[in-house]
Amino acid sequence: MIDTVHLSVNGIPIAVPHGAMVSTAVALAGVTRFRRSVTGEPRAPLCGMGTCFECRVSINGREHCRSCQVPCENGMEVETDA
Amino acid sequence: MPDYDVVVIGAGPAGLAAAVRAAESGVRTAMVDDNPHPGGQIWRAAAGKAPAEAARWIQSAEKHQVEWIAGARVFAAPAANRIAVEKFDGEMELGYRSLILATGARERFLPFPGWTLPNVMGAGGLQALAKSGLPVAGKKIVIAGSGPLLLAVAKYMKEHGADVRLIAEQAKTSALLAFGLRLAAHPGKLTQAVGLRAALLGISYLTSCWPVEAGGANQLESVTLRRGGKTWTERCDYLACGFGLVPNAELAALLGCRMAASGVAVDEQQQTSIQGVYSAGEATGIGGLELALVEGEIAGFAAAGEPARARALFAARDRYRRFAAALERAFAPREELKALPREETMICRCEDVTLARVRHCAGWREAKLHTRCGMGPCQGRVCGGAVEFLFGWKAESVRPPVFPARIESLTRTGP
Repeated sequence: MIDTVHLSVNGIPIAVPHGAMVSTAVALAGVTRFRRSVTGEPRAPLCGMGTCFECRVSINGREHCRSCQVPCENGMEVETDA
Repeated sequence: MPDYDVVVIGAGPAGLAAAVRAAESGVRTAMVDDNPHPGGQIWRAAAGKAPAEAARWIQSAEKHQVEWIAGARVFAAPAANRIAVEKFDGEMELGYRSLILATGARERFLPFPGWTLPNVMGAGGLQALAKSGLPVAGKKIVIAGSGPLLLAVAKYMKEHGADVRLIAEQAKTSALLAFGLRLAAHPGKLTQAVGLRAALLGISYLTSCWPVEAGGANQLESVTLRRGGKTWTERCDYLACGFGLVPNAELAALLGCRMAASGVAVDEQQQTSIQGVYSAGEATGIGGLELALVEGEIAGFAAAGEPARARALFAARDRYRRFAAALERAFAPREELKALPREETMICRCEDVTLARVRHCAGWREAKLHTRCGMGPCQGRVCGGAVEFLFGWKAESVRPPVFPARIESLTRTGP
């Protein structure tokens, strides 16, 4: 379908509506821990608008991308700090 | 020769209004925003579709050939009249004759035990994520904190099938009633407020109520609330919690603009203390949509050399500023919230600095040097508002890069 984007989160295939952010794909993959804090706590999005940096993930091998600011694209490979 | 006569930073209401008014005055205008779509946080597009009022401004910007530079964040000002921006796929520099800073606001987060758990989010934060596709239907949501945003978020969540358990507003009923009386002078606002409340039928709106702890093992499972002498626990999937807004003033500070108590200091033409640098909207003080629009229009006209057209809007701006002042008084965070964090509660989420480690510091500088509080990727954007409220610490200085940038961006851009 033209309105659906296919990508993977930690190797799991995920389909999201066109325009969805990577943070949405991560949540739909059932991942609640987007990253581990410096003392090892699980963390996930707080601000939703690119300022808090809690939603950082790796996208296509590039680390520390703010998942709430990057729209999903076909074939993207997203890795959380699982 | 600069690339543009006017560069507008931020594509929310203030930025859009500024860009449209500058461009229609006949000057070459560019508008830069960190987000993929124009509209800012308040007009954030849901499923790729912007609200009608936003669409009118966006169409007007297109018609007047405002150049739209999306997904780009400003991280440095490498030379006079030049800014450096980073995009997902590289960096660029922009030259300008006039600059308009319409950088908006972010939510104020106040720390309490458990606030770092996954699924504890800002109120605007949850709304932003929902608009970008996060499903909320059937989810149990507690909305807490302070300000009119809580009502707007509750309405949005309810319309999208969420089970909104309650709204916990920290302000006192008496403060809100006083505010309500002032609303009578603003019929548009009153209708908006009443309309929101009506749509909320069925959701309890508790004043003088706030969260004291979020609970859960690896993610949020429940929130404990307090109201007067009563404390109880609500099970929920999301806690959407924000205590009002704080201006995004970092870029203005980097450029050396003078700050006022409320935000970036501006004169009657919205010009900052630096010639040719203007600021409009929430960056100059929290004031809401209408004030942001009119300030943006004034800044756009002024930056394009049309001061008389700017002047014609001063009366409207004065009216909205009075409303903003009443709003700030009504929803000011109360003293009791300072007692929420425990010794082991994180204050700085980037560097995991607890209250116990920062509470004895003399100020921001000592806290940064000794504990790394505020030194992580968000650069104090989250904990800064918290330590200002908890300890009265104000940010002292801003150094480039104002946002974390890639090494290649920094090396290709001069100091």
